Amino acid sequence: MRIGDYKESYSADEAVFRTGTVRVWMLLLFVAMAVFPFWAGPYLLYMANLTGVAIIAAVGLNILTGAAGQISLGHAAFVGIGAYTAAILTTRLGLPFLICLPLSGISAAFFGMIVGAPSMRMKGLYLCIATLAAQMIFEFIFVHWTSVTGGIRGINVPTASIFGISFDTEFKMYFITVPIMVIAVSAARNLFRTRVGRAFIAIRDRDISAELMGINLFQYKLYAFATSSFFAGVAGCLQVYILKIVTPEHFPLHESVRYLAMIIVGGLGSVLGSIFGAIFMTCVPEALQSLLSLFQGIDDKIMSYLYPLQTVVFGMLIVVFLVFEPHGLAEMWRRLKDYFRLWPFEH
Amino acid sequence: MAILSVDNLSLSFGGLSVLNDISFSVNPGEIFAIIGPNGAGKTSILNCIGGFYKPSAGRISFDGKDITRTSPDRRAARGLARTFQNIALFRGMTVLDNIKLGAHAHLKTGLLRALAYWGPAHREEMTLREQVEQDVIDFLEIEAIRKQAVGSLAYGLQKRVELARALAMHPKVLLMDEPVAGMNAEETEDMARFVLDIQEERDITVVLIEHDMNVIMDISDRVMVVNFGQKIAEGTPDEVQSHPEVIKAYLGQKKD
Repeated sequence: MRIGDYKESYSADEAVFRTGTVRVWMLLLFVAMAVFPFWAGPYLLYMANLTGVAIIAAVGLNILTGAAGQISLGHAAFVGIGAYTAAILTTRLGLPFLICLPLSGISAAFFGMIVGAPSMRMKGLYLCIATLAAQMIFEFIFVHWTSVTGGIRGINVPTASIFGISFDTEFKMYFITVPIMVIAVSAARNLFRTRVGRAFIAIRDRDISAELMGINLFQYKLYAFATSSFFAGVAGCLQVYILKIVTPEHFPLHESVRYLAMIIVGGLGSVLGSIFGAIFMTCVPEALQSLLSLFQGIDDKIMSYLYPLQTVVFGMLIVVFLVFEPHGLAEMWRRLKDYFRLWPFEH
Repeated sequence: MAILSVDNLSLSFGGLSVLNDISFSVNPGEIFAIIGPNGAGKTSILNCIGGFYKPSAGRISFDGKDITRTSPDRRAARGLARTFQNIALFRGMTVLDNIKLGAHAHLKTGLLRALAYWGPAHREEMTLREQVEQDVIDFLEIEAIRKQAVGSLAYGLQKRVELARALAMHPKVLLMDEPVAGMNAEETEDMARFVLDIQEERDITVVLIEHDMNVIMDISDRVMVVNFGQKIAEGTPDEVQSHPEVIKAYLGQKKD
């Protein structure tokens, strides 16, 4: 039970982690994240790395779609631009990982602003179709500009190395992915404590009155596109160094839809929701698969029915979640916390 | 010297003429009311001043400068604030964030500083919080609800939060569209008192549209009457009340 929660300064009142209890829990979480790789095997670490990438990309999309209200069906394309930028810079120019990482973000942000330019005149579903066009165009370029992107065979990428240390195993990549994910999440959380984040939400809630409050709509929509694509680009760069290869198959339209599903299942406009959503969408299919493998060897015929079933079960799970909690996992989490705030006393 | 003057303002949508050759000027520090029957074009006048509508003819100047072609966000930054008839708060945000948003144009944090937060952005946010608490939240007596989501508040309180957001803009002129519509007697009294306080203590010029005649007659310095997009009278509340055109517009004319 939480008592004695009073604040003596505005700074303390506006802190992200407002009470000692929360800070202790966060510390435990960080300790757990630091200990995890020493306990987990390579498969779990691989999953953790991919989840980290998904979290960065989902947080980015949630800034654009959840907070600023600009629906984007092209997020995977921006992840792809980041990935290809990293792959090309590192194989052609031999640039080190630490330089490729920000450059991937910047190049994705650049293309994000170009794709975001129609938002001056379009909104809602119309803009959504414009971003869909962008997804198609970039996919086409990935496949057909063979001299640069390597076509459908893609580009093989050497392992990342920082200051002579080669990050050649999942275990080592974990110590790159997770810190960058933590930085990305903190940056997004910070954004919403300032006037920029407030302006994004204002544009989503009521763009006309936002403009009459002194917000330059076009400028802030471009900011939202740039920030969101920057996150996507960084995620793409990390993905390349985890998979060691980049092909167009990694960034199809349904990948964009998957990112949208992450933030909807997690909670639109909530940074915490993007994290939950990314974990859910990445880990639940894998969990279902390993659940299935328990049945392996019993009967081959049953397996042939069960395999497609896992997609159905996954889809059902999403629907069930959204029916019972339309505001996503973040809202569920908030209610759970409210319940335990007074626990074990009922009133 | 007028702080806000509107000269020969006309507005039409296609063939539909909404406003026809309206001129008036508002002196610094006064409460200027615009009244008229429904559909007379009162809100359209405010929308033209705020920049949401582009007038088809005429000139609007504010604080000595022509703002006819200035974009709405730049007008806001120069000191033109607005509250709306049908509340236009940002429902996804808390009361406090809504009010802070009003100060948007006066803050400097850019995108990169916002992502980093610690340092200049944090300092600016803390100064802002202190200012907002002292100048606005304390003044409008909404301390108790500052952390609540706007959507869950009662109608009268939402109107008050909207006024708070407008005050956080540090406006020179405050445009209010029906500030007491739909309020009970007590809420109306509170709102009228706030408007008077704003004018007297902060030297903010108020332009308001209202249907509640008691409020208009009690608090406004000058009143302009519009009907069918035309200005039919202007003067002190007493003058306007006895103006034959006004009586005709509101009560109709006796047939001979």
